[in-house]
Amino acid sequence: MTELPFAITLEVGSSHANRTGSWRVERPVYIDRLPPCNDACPAGENIQQWLYHAESGAYETAWRQLVVDNPFPAVMGRICYHPCETACNRVQVDEAVGINAIERFLGDLAIERGWALPSPGVDTGKRVLVVGAGPSGLSVAYHLRQLGHQVHLVDASEKLGGMMRYGIPAYRLPRDVLDAEINRIIDLGVDVRLNHTVHDIERERREGGFDAVFLGVGAQLARRVAIPSGDSARILDAVSYLHQVADDNVPLLGRRVVVYGGGDTALDAARTARRLDATDAVIVYRRSREQMPAHDVELEEALKEGITVRWLSTISNFEGDHLTIEKMRLNDEGFPVPTGEFEELGADAVVLALGQDSDLSLLEHVADIAIDDGVVGVSTSMSATSDGVFAGGDAVPSERTATIAIGHGKRAAHGIDAYLAGHELLDSPRHELATFDHLNTWYYSDAERTRRPELEIARRQNNFEEIVGGLNEENALFEARRCLSCGNCFECDNCYGVCPDNAVIKLGGTQRYEFNYDFCKGCGICVSECPCGAIEMVPEQI
Amino acid sequence: MLRQIEGSRGVAETVARCRPEVVCAYPISPQTHIIEAIGEMVKAGQLSPCEFINVESEFAAMSVSIGASAAGARAYTATASQGLLFMMEAVYNAAGLGLPIVMTLANRAIGAPINIWNDHSDAMAARDAGWIQLFAETNQEAADLHVLAFRLAEELSLPVMVCMDGFILTHAVEGIDVPDQRDVDAFLPSYEPRQVLDPAHPISIGAMVGPEAFTEVRYLSHLRQLDALDLIPVLASQFASTFGRESGGLIHSYETNDATTIVVALGSVLGTIKDAVDQRRALGDRVGVVGITTFRPFPFDEVRRALANAQRVIVIEKAFSVGYGGVLSADVASATHDATISLHSVVAGLGGRAITQHSLEAILDDAVHGRLDSVTFLDLDLDIVESERARIDTQRRSGPSAENVLSDLGTVASRIG
Amino acid sequence: MIIMTRQPVHFYQVGSFAVGNRLLEVSDRTVQSDPQRFDSLDSGHRACQGCGEALGARYALDAAMRATGGQLIAVNATGCLEVFSTPYPETSWRIAWLHSLFGNAPAVATGVAAAMKVKGMNDVRVVAQAGDGGTVDIGFGCLSGMFERNDDVLFICYDNEAYMNTGVQRSGATPPAARTATTEAVGPEPGNVFGQGKDMPRLAMAHGISYVATATVADLHDLENKVEHAMQLHGARYLHILVPCPLGWGSASCDTIKVARLAQETGLFPVFEAENGVVTGVSKIRHRTSVESYLSIQKRFRHLFAGSGRPDIVARIQAMADQNIALYGLLAEDAPAEITREVSA
Repeated sequence: MTELPFAITLEVGSSHANRTGSWRVERPVYIDRLPPCNDACPAGENIQQWLYHAESGAYETAWRQLVVDNPFPAVMGRICYHPCETACNRVQVDEAVGINAIERFLGDLAIERGWALPSPGVDTGKRVLVVGAGPSGLSVAYHLRQLGHQVHLVDASEKLGGMMRYGIPAYRLPRDVLDAEINRIIDLGVDVRLNHTVHDIERERREGGFDAVFLGVGAQLARRVAIPSGDSARILDAVSYLHQVADDNVPLLGRRVVVYGGGDTALDAARTARRLDATDAVIVYRRSREQMPAHDVELEEALKEGITVRWLSTISNFEGDHLTIEKMRLNDEGFPVPTGEFEELGADAVVLALGQDSDLSLLEHVADIAIDDGVVGVSTSMSATSDGVFAGGDAVPSERTATIAIGHGKRAAHGIDAYLAGHELLDSPRHELATFDHLNTWYYSDAERTRRPELEIARRQNNFEEIVGGLNEENALFEARRCLSCGNCFECDNCYGVCPDNAVIKLGGTQRYEFNYDFCKGCGICVSECPCGAIEMVPEQI
Repeated sequence: MLRQIEGSRGVAETVARCRPEVVCAYPISPQTHIIEAIGEMVKAGQLSPCEFINVESEFAAMSVSIGASAAGARAYTATASQGLLFMMEAVYNAAGLGLPIVMTLANRAIGAPINIWNDHSDAMAARDAGWIQLFAETNQEAADLHVLAFRLAEELSLPVMVCMDGFILTHAVEGIDVPDQRDVDAFLPSYEPRQVLDPAHPISIGAMVGPEAFTEVRYLSHLRQLDALDLIPVLASQFASTFGRESGGLIHSYETNDATTIVVALGSVLGTIKDAVDQRRALGDRVGVVGITTFRPFPFDEVRRALANAQRVIVIEKAFSVGYGGVLSADVASATHDATISLHSVVAGLGGRAITQHSLEAILDDAVHGRLDSVTFLDLDLDIVESERARIDTQRRSGPSAENVLSDLGTVASRIG
Repeated sequence: MIIMTRQPVHFYQVGSFAVGNRLLEVSDRTVQSDPQRFDSLDSGHRACQGCGEALGARYALDAAMRATGGQLIAVNATGCLEVFSTPYPETSWRIAWLHSLFGNAPAVATGVAAAMKVKGMNDVRVVAQAGDGGTVDIGFGCLSGMFERNDDVLFICYDNEAYMNTGVQRSGATPPAARTATTEAVGPEPGNVFGQGKDMPRLAMAHGISYVATATVADLHDLENKVEHAMQLHGARYLHILVPCPLGWGSASCDTIKVARLAQETGLFPVFEAENGVVTGVSKIRHRTSVESYLSIQKRFRHLFAGSGRPDIVARIQAMADQNIALYGLLAEDAPAEITREVSA
């Protein structure tokens, strides 16, 4: 076959001489956009990345990715209010990916299989005092250990966990799960001192010779309101009530318990009372349902369990075995105003759940610190002073959730690390958000969300059994695979397949792809057909 | 061994001995007997391995042959007249792709008016298609030429058309010595394509070629055809030594040594011409004959040499370029342009009209006595022509000439000899 | 109605629709996802940006190459595909390939198949390919003959609904109302005449050949499955692939696959398969949409929407889509049939 007929017969490979890339006026480039779940996660989790591993059943890898940011997957998989799911783009296709459920699945699996957290970093010789062993304190302790710093963790309570233990009832967060995840952190070599209340943080720092301090004291002081009442009236606050229940020191409240307030703590208190001796648990809240600060899911659960709510009501009197309640109405600005209408409500006890404040008396001798509206002002790296005092959790200005506190801990640890190294922590630039319009959702299989099993209502009385079950391995995998991988290549091969000019090179493994600009004509099909919006066209410099 | 068989049968049996691997068939008179016979041989298992494919048109017949040949199979088909025109696009394509397909053309007139009888209009219509065109004088030669055609085609990677006069040869029963299988096998090696569709060695055949190379491609085809002029005599000589008889070659001269008047022609009419020449020679005229076997490529040198000593050349041809004149005559004129020769074109036998020895002798007589015009239509009925012309002049709606002529003749049957 | 049963579809995030998927077994992935795929049609070809035909040809031939273990010969009719792939001195074909004429690809392929048979090379399979003009118009006679003889050829029509190579003239496959250079968008009945055109898949089915299927470049899994299935059968087979033409349709070069997808999702281009003259499977519409969504992104239908538009014509086109949906049963009234909750780790 050496002498082929001239011109009419051609040899394989000859078209490579024609560099069609010269036709191009725009070129495709691979980019990473920020997935909305990651964007929304207060703990700064790379959710999409750990879902990516979970999708292939690589659960340990997924868990390891998860705990890079958050050492509490089993806890968060239960109590996080998952803003990630609110932000999830899949909402616009069918329903959000059940990120929280998968997180819990991974967390539980890790406990079951005894996966250890990554070993601490190489010892830096630096020592950090962490005051408060709640979510922010434990988180900062974990991250500081990862960075090689020594941690001295002190807490006024008998046990570790802060509000995770003393504020959240066991039916939402079983204690064995909490203990397992806390112990894993302590096992990294955290020096713990319990039942120790810090009164003067400066002195404690000086005497202990600590290089930096993290303040995670939370908000333990219940706000109270003066309710005209007789001597016999039984009034206590929700923080103490839940704390005592957690300590197995259950106060007797009688059969009719009224909880006053509209936050998650109010619901926790009411649902706890219902599980103890209360046959009637009533919430009195002065505003409407729409204005209730508690998370909707918590309210739904409470209502299912038989809790009733008196909306637009205030307690004006507690005498004997009944309350006097004044009906309210909303004015034009949406504020509740009294109506002058009253009614009676039988009650054996009233639990006040009107919000909490931080006890910041330990900061009295700290110079150069900004305390405003009862909380400590901090920088983006959670620094409260210029000389190594950091703060986080409920004691700083922000929404008060465990997840946010965990995020604070992580940020503070990196802030402390930078402080100890003598430089300022800089914010890393964030990618453009992967909004829904960047996606081509046609490619994703139709798949409705997997529901977690729930404990039947009848079985929730008189016990603290966990209500929400976990996913099993099979449906966790299914749920993980509902992820759209917004903004980040997940190697679906679409660009590689749809290029009419074979101008995409598949690198294989997890190396993704490259464009071969010698032949890419710039048609843009790869951009249009990329399911997750990880390619964009940019003008060619001509 | 001589057998009294129909020409078509002789060709069919000879083609079969050339071991074609793919044979396409589409019926058109007068080639049908050839492919019918081959079809039967394939079905009976006498010709194997061979794929006999009944296609839906001549266009498909040539197209299937193209595919088969490009894929390395020895391909054969046969056609005539309208069929050749219907496949013409593929005829050109086969040549352009250099595919050594062999096709029998049972020469027949082209309509309208539709006419199934013999002349050379079809072959002349394809003369520029890039095929080698060989003309058979006798049925024996028609058979033999197919053996030569396959050998020639495959050595040069060019398609070859073997032209044999429809009915006159295809349907005539006479003695034919069908080439012996062993001799054919010795003469014709198995097909080794110059290029082939092979998944193990992929190539692209049939590229689009623009002005930058098209001229060269065409010139290379031309050179290959000229190569045939060298190869054909060699093969003819080999053929003679293998089969013990003369067949093929470029031209054949008869009684030309002292001839001052030489008749040039293609195909079976040469036999009649030779009889007429014999008669004239008996009367003392120095006349001779040059039969052209290889019409494309045209053997200019051989024709020039053969006619070098003639004073007068008469080209008798069964085709006619309307508005121009004889087609073969033009080629002969071109070959002899530097000689002082008086050239006469005689158009004869169109649409199957008999070319009688008597008429030919009259032509020769006219020629020898200087009465022959430069262009003559043999046995033209001028009365009919004048009558039809008059009708056209007087009547706007004069109707179709063909039907008018038949009506004037008072017959619906064509006159054949 | 019948559901395609040959596609065991699992839920793999994008398993059923995207080209590849790291979660699938390698053997279950598309040919196109293979880093070592053959690339029958190589880079450097001169198709327009976003050419659907270039895409369809590589999809189909790569699948055929895999199905035959590389033992494939392709015959190509004259047309865009031929011109953009083999202008001297460059060919983009990496397979054994022959181009003869516009109207004879089926017959040439018959000849190649006959050669393979007579030489005993039974493992070598033959594909013939042409555009819609080379299939439904000028090549129709040869194609019908090839079907009728049941020659061992898979004929693939890349349907871009007009003569694109010569400058977008109407073919027998041009849809109603479409503007082409020979059916301009002028006068009271702008664009191509109304009618069903030559319904080539149905005409092929009428020959009773073993396999007839339609596909689009928007559903690669389906297309590859059909090619693979076709290559498992012998005798004449026909595959009709819709390949949008950005030039002739006036669609954005980046929308080639989208347009094909909408053709299917509107019901205007039914995707089905038939064996021995009987429909055996249809691809259900996943998200039904009106014909406007398909027509309005193509300039060849621009006259239907300019000014006060031609809702009467759009309605007639919608009626054609509805008729297809009813005829082939393209709607999945209950949960999409291809979705199962089978999970494979």
